Amino acid sequence: MSLRRPAKDQPENFEFSSSSLEAAKNIVSKYPEGKQQSAVMALLYIAQKQNNNWIPLAAMKYIAKFLDMPYIKVYEVATFYTMYNLSPVGKYFVQVCTTTPCMIRGANKLVEACKEKISENESELSSNKSCSWIEVECLGACVNAPMMQINDDYYEDLDKKKTLEILDKILKGEKPKPGSYRGRINNEPENNRKTLLDVKNA
Amino acid sequence: MLKDKDRIFQNLYNDLGSDVASSQKRGDWVNTKDLTDKGRDWIINQIKDSQLRGRGGAGFPTGLKWSFAPKQVGSRPHYLVINGDESEPGTCKDRDILRFEPHKLIEGCLIASYAIQAHVCYIYIRGEYFIDGQKLQAAIDEAYEKKLLGKNAAGTGWDLDVYIHYGAGAYICGEETALLESLEGKKGQPRLKPPFPALIGLYGCPTIINNVETIAVVPTILRRGGKWFASLGREKNTGTKIFCISGNVNNPCNVEEEMNIPLKELIEVHAGGVIGGWDNLQAVIPGGSSMPLIPKEKCETLTMDFDSLVAEKSGLGTAGVVVINKDQDIIKCMARIARFYKHESCGQCTPCREGSGWMWRMLERMVKGEASRDEVEMLSDVTKQIEGHTICAFGEGSSWPVQGLLRHFKDEIKKRNKFDPIVKENKNIPYLVDQHLLDKNA
Repeated sequence: MSLRRPAKDQPENFEFSSSSLEAAKNIVSKYPEGKQQSAVMALLYIAQKQNNNWIPLAAMKYIAKFLDMPYIKVYEVATFYTMYNLSPVGKYFVQVCTTTPCMIRGANKLVEACKEKISENESELSSNKSCSWIEVECLGACVNAPMMQINDDYYEDLDKKKTLEILDKILKGEKPKPGSYRGRINNEPENNRKTLLDVKNA
Repeated sequence: MLKDKDRIFQNLYNDLGSDVASSQKRGDWVNTKDLTDKGRDWIINQIKDSQLRGRGGAGFPTGLKWSFAPKQVGSRPHYLVINGDESEPGTCKDRDILRFEPHKLIEGCLIASYAIQAHVCYIYIRGEYFIDGQKLQAAIDEAYEKKLLGKNAAGTGWDLDVYIHYGAGAYICGEETALLESLEGKKGQPRLKPPFPALIGLYGCPTIINNVETIAVVPTILRRGGKWFASLGREKNTGTKIFCISGNVNNPCNVEEEMNIPLKELIEVHAGGVIGGWDNLQAVIPGGSSMPLIPKEKCETLTMDFDSLVAEKSGLGTAGVVVINKDQDIIKCMARIARFYKHESCGQCTPCREGSGWMWRMLERMVKGEASRDEVEMLSDVTKQIEGHTICAFGEGSSWPVQGLLRHFKDEIKKRNKFDPIVKENKNIPYLVDQHLLDKNA
């Protein structure tokens, strides 16, 4: 299990903006009547997106009321799942995969790069408060190892130099291009493709 | 090597585009109505004939699973749930299906829903695959637009709605009952079985849960016939499978191949060989991190299917092949996997919650050579205390890789950790402190 605690400084109030409200109602309609609790995970995402990438306790209370469920049930969900950030992580949230398939292809170099560029410790905001980094478990892009995720995007086939370049960009507030950084196409074997060649050359 | 015409996922590398029009060119959605017109029994029998086994790890026969759904819809509606919570280290096959072959999956959803009489299908995707999920959502939207979903979907006379539900970073939600809990808006903690989901599943209703890859191959099997699928591979291990080859190989890749393909062929032909040559190979994890590793000697002749790997005391799992060469410290690799399981345990059963942390801490000490001689046997004992004493298979998943390490690399561990038991030397290692509660994320 991972231990997760909410941030010390919490805002007093939280309310969905009109666009969030619309998205939330849309989500609730996907589930059968009376089963609106199913929407709690999606609603927490909406709250997280609206509130600068993290979820304050006030948002959990708001969602509990919105879905007519006990606050503690929302709190349970928000603290169980690791993708809900319970404290501020900055505009750019960098997640470096360090599980074995990435580790044996040099994920520690990516961690070094994050330490150099962003902050010495995990979950610590950079000096300009715009980003933070964290080591995470397998992100499911093992054949593109080592890789990292920045907000929703995957950055694959990295090494230390390329990671430093990417981090430089986000620290300047730019969005680097996601995908492979060795120029390979999706998950095909680089320069060694033996299958579906007719399709490729068609 | 499998012939290209027998590959189900023609667009695995996205050479052809993933929209409806290009998918139709590859044969998706072409005669869906003809397939459903042949009736539920025909569909289920074809899948039984094909001997398709679930692609999510456990390898349960799909046709049999479908036949567990009640024949008549009673007061409770039926549901189809697709498991796309792909989080097993070493596995990244479902991601390519979601983004490049979404219509195979959606058409499979329609046929499977028809076969088990479900009008609603939820596709559960891990939260990290947000971008890939959006691509699937675009495909679903397009399918609605073209009347392939919704009322009278694809002219079959069957109504079907498909919704995506995103997870939020919990590996355990790939376990089917934990997935259902998560879909219901709760913590993803597995349920006791029985009752099985086929009778009491989502919202207490009959529910069939299948992996993304399982459902995506269904339309092709029905078009080409269960016999064709069964002709590939070998008895009870039939058909094709997407293998993900990662780790220390020259060209890590995903590739669709026939079941029962030699492991050496996968590595040497498709993945461009081991970095440093075949002789530099140390071990292979054949089916995602929860399957015990296989040492080099056995890799020479090993074939990749469910039963031949079970015979080697491992398993095919999700077919995520992680190649580890001699430049890596094998104990460290396994310690990292143990850390993964310690992090991902849902905390419901004590043996797993506490044991996964124990295994991790002992292995970390063994990496540094700080463990005492007797701890090697103690570690083996801990794995046995976890295995089989938990609600779900996570207990096995976390202890098998450690057992695999002990089975094949015990000498290596003993060589590195040879001082006398702790009590005699009085080393200052805080055994009784639950170190995982002092987690760095606190």
